[in-house]
Amino acid sequence: MNPEATWVRITACENIPLREGRVTTVRGRQIAIFNLGDRFLAVDNRCPHRGGPLSEGIVSGTSVVCPLHAWKIDLSTGAAANPASPAACIATFPIRIADGIVELQIPSDEIEQDRSPENCAHRDRPIRWVQRKPIAPLSAPSEVL
Amino acid sequence: MEKLVVVGNGMAGIGCVEQILKYAKKFEITLFGDETHLNYNRILLSSVLAGEKSAEEIVLNSLEWYEKNEIKLRLGVRIVNVDPAQKTVLGDDGSVTPFDKLLLAMGSTPLIPPMEGTSKKGVYVFRNLDDTRALLDCSRTGAKAVVIGGGLLGLEAARGLQVQGCDVTVVHLMDRLMERQLDLTGGGYLKAKMECMGVAVLLNRNTKAILGEEKASGVRFDDGSELAADFVVIAAGIRPNIELGRKAGLSVHRGIVVNDQMETSNPDIFAVGECVEHNGVCYGLVAPLLEQGKVVAATITGHPTPGYQGTVPAAKLKIMGVDVFSAGEIGETTPGYDIVRFEDPALGIYKRLTLKDNRLAGVILVGDASESHRYMDWLQSKQDLTEMRRHLLFPQPAADTGFDVAAVPDSRVICGCHGISKGAIIRAIQEKSLSTLGQVKECTRASTGCGSCTDLCQQLLNAIVPGAQEEKKKFICRCVPISEDRLREIVRSQRIRSVQEVLDIYGNGVGCEACKPALSYMMDVVWCGEHNEDRSARFVNDRVHANIQKDGTFSVVPRIRGGVTSPEELRRIADVAEKYRVPMLKITGSQRIDLLGVQKADLPKIWAELGMPSGQAYTKGVRMVKTCVGTDFCRFGVQDSTSAGIEMERRFENLFTPHKLKMAAVGCPRNCAEATVKDIGLIGQEGSWQIVVGGAAGKKVRKADLLVTVESAEEALQAAALFFQYYRENANYLERTYDFVERVSIERVRRETVYAPLAVQQGLRERLRKSKAASRDAWLEGDEPRHPTQFVQIEPMERLAG
Repeated sequence: MNPEATWVRITACENIPLREGRVTTVRGRQIAIFNLGDRFLAVDNRCPHRGGPLSEGIVSGTSVVCPLHAWKIDLSTGAAANPASPAACIATFPIRIADGIVELQIPSDEIEQDRSPENCAHRDRPIRWVQRKPIAPLSAPSEVL
Repeated sequence: MEKLVVVGNGMAGIGCVEQILKYAKKFEITLFGDETHLNYNRILLSSVLAGEKSAEEIVLNSLEWYEKNEIKLRLGVRIVNVDPAQKTVLGDDGSVTPFDKLLLAMGSTPLIPPMEGTSKKGVYVFRNLDDTRALLDCSRTGAKAVVIGGGLLGLEAARGLQVQGCDVTVVHLMDRLMERQLDLTGGGYLKAKMECMGVAVLLNRNTKAILGEEKASGVRFDDGSELAADFVVIAAGIRPNIELGRKAGLSVHRGIVVNDQMETSNPDIFAVGECVEHNGVCYGLVAPLLEQGKVVAATITGHPTPGYQGTVPAAKLKIMGVDVFSAGEIGETTPGYDIVRFEDPALGIYKRLTLKDNRLAGVILVGDASESHRYMDWLQSKQDLTEMRRHLLFPQPAADTGFDVAAVPDSRVICGCHGISKGAIIRAIQEKSLSTLGQVKECTRASTGCGSCTDLCQQLLNAIVPGAQEEKKKFICRCVPISEDRLREIVRSQRIRSVQEVLDIYGNGVGCEACKPALSYMMDVVWCGEHNEDRSARFVNDRVHANIQKDGTFSVVPRIRGGVTSPEELRRIADVAEKYRVPMLKITGSQRIDLLGVQKADLPKIWAELGMPSGQAYTKGVRMVKTCVGTDFCRFGVQDSTSAGIEMERRFENLFTPHKLKMAAVGCPRNCAEATVKDIGLIGQEGSWQIVVGGAAGKKVRKADLLVTVESAEEALQAAALFFQYYRENANYLERTYDFVERVSIERVRRETVYAPLAVQQGLRERLRKSKAASRDAWLEGDEPRHPTQFVQIEPMERLAG
């Protein structure tokens, strides 16, 4: 454990309903916190597959299932359990409960930028009503027939 | 040819006759049965009581079987006397039948402990099919049942009655349930399991009297306390039927005494099954009587055998979700025995092995009987376990994957009930080219008894016939290994009102993304929306009432009934889209408008400013009714499809369905709104409406089937409502109407909806009315969230620099 890591008070336990997750942003990093009944677990709110918001997933035991393509992530290790892939792994964060408050430990040397620009970037862009790209023309008409 | 008379048409008698038929024909067989039914699998009566099987399904041999084997069958005739000198039997119908050889297989009768009032009405036993039917007749939701006896039969009866909706209490004389099979601790685990399922258990209660005037109204115990009951079931054990043995002058103790060749004291009379006593032991289980039958068959046909050597008693409780297995000795504290045990109170798992001289002498498994085959194998083979001492309860991972069916010798018995060896099953599969488990059952009889070897048989089949078909079981998923039909009945009769309860009692306690939404829907449809919805069991779309997109934003589709909108609505949509910088506005294929790319936190504000109800475009529920302009403007319209469609959408909106449900109403057969490829379509024609169902134009394209043709729009909506509710109640989760209609057939759908008896139709309508009354526009939650953090990101209580 990083000696300079500090505990951050996040929220009252009851703000995270039983067997559900909620997202919070600490140091620009989106973190999903889950209430498993007997404990709370925290991971990056970002599925290793396509970046899906894990905090919105269905909890299955100590895993969460990503709402986008149903990858199953083990919340205690951060590793993908289905499809089993040790390489596909996300960060987990120590968590503790003090006086009914969920506290999270974040390595203090790791200053994060916003990890999910596509999540909110468009709000600062001018509205583009049509977002299509032009369709590439057929290269050689002779090949068609 | 010699005459063989068999008394008893039960599993022992027939099991024996089946074995005799395997030898060269030597006998003219006459078979007497005092029940009026064909012979059936008695150990499955509890499944009939629990509604898992029908009476027909447990029949073992058809009438044709008796005819084919030239067996004279006399049903409903009780043999009342045997004349050993004249070699005749006397029936209660006055008939006298001569025999050369006589086989007694009378079985046993329920033991009625001494207490007052056992002859009152409303006092039942649980022994045969008639008893089972009587119990099914008197069980109803909320009826109070007392079951006297906490053995195998009593517990199975209790569970069956409870599934039928009764409020059941098991009353047991001893200090633990199943005391013949379990030790005190194991009994405690079983009691907790039963109580967890909702069956009350009273131990150390000696019932002295059954209360009530003519009819039972309760029971009184020896301490004077009483317990009310609408009916009482006595399942306190069995008593071998030995009367005929006495009359025939045979040697009789507790049972009719037989030697290793199954001969009684009279060499022309044999006995088998629960009515016999061998080496001082009377058996009440199925495996021994089938073993005995083999010996009788060999002896009676003149083939020498080593004789019957007794059976290791093994018992398995047949209650879904309560694994209990016990075999061999359970001696509590006998010197010279080693006890190896494992307990996990939280999971309700208890395992206890009794070892003697490093060999397995007994086993108790509660909560997890998956390894029972391995232990039974050790018990029967009596193998030395010294080498495996460290891995008795926990198989070495990888090196030992449990009982490996490929590794055991061909002679090893796979089906303990029928004594069928691995070799016999393999031969049958190869010689008769079997390819399904059903065929294996039919040809070899393996796995037709208690069914605990079904997996092994399937493994064998898979090993020999690669790609053999698995038995089709429509489970929701592996978390809850019960078919949806059954589970719906269980949920209803057990009054289970939450997803977690189903998982805790009938599943693995955990659940997953597949079964949780399915169970959520089941709760909704069974309780017509009057249950306590667990949002954690639902997909994110149903937690925030919007459709999640690939970047974690959401899409918002307001309801525009029938696709008919107004300038005000369109203006509001445009204003909202501008204000919240909605990246894309799209006209959908369902005559609606989709606002794509919305942030979760904006959802409540957007809903409020739109001032329109949820279009449910995110859920397995009622999507929309697409309409054409009907008679209002169209030159060809013959029916007012726009009004009919809008009204249909109003009636069904806000309800959930097994899968998404899309509808359409068209005003003439030109079908501009494509009603023939919708889940429900109304097709207007001159003077009438056609209601079509089960159409699709998605992953699959299917033309809808005609449900019925009616005259008025109101009749059309009524017919659509019947189908709508029928689909809601009977389809499997995620089954679209097009698969559902094909599975059950349109004929049956018609029979059970528009052509159903009035009472059935009223039931469907009433439940739909109830569901509709309990439903509401999900977007109202924008103003009153279910949970304070439902739509918002959590703000940390302190901010850190950086």
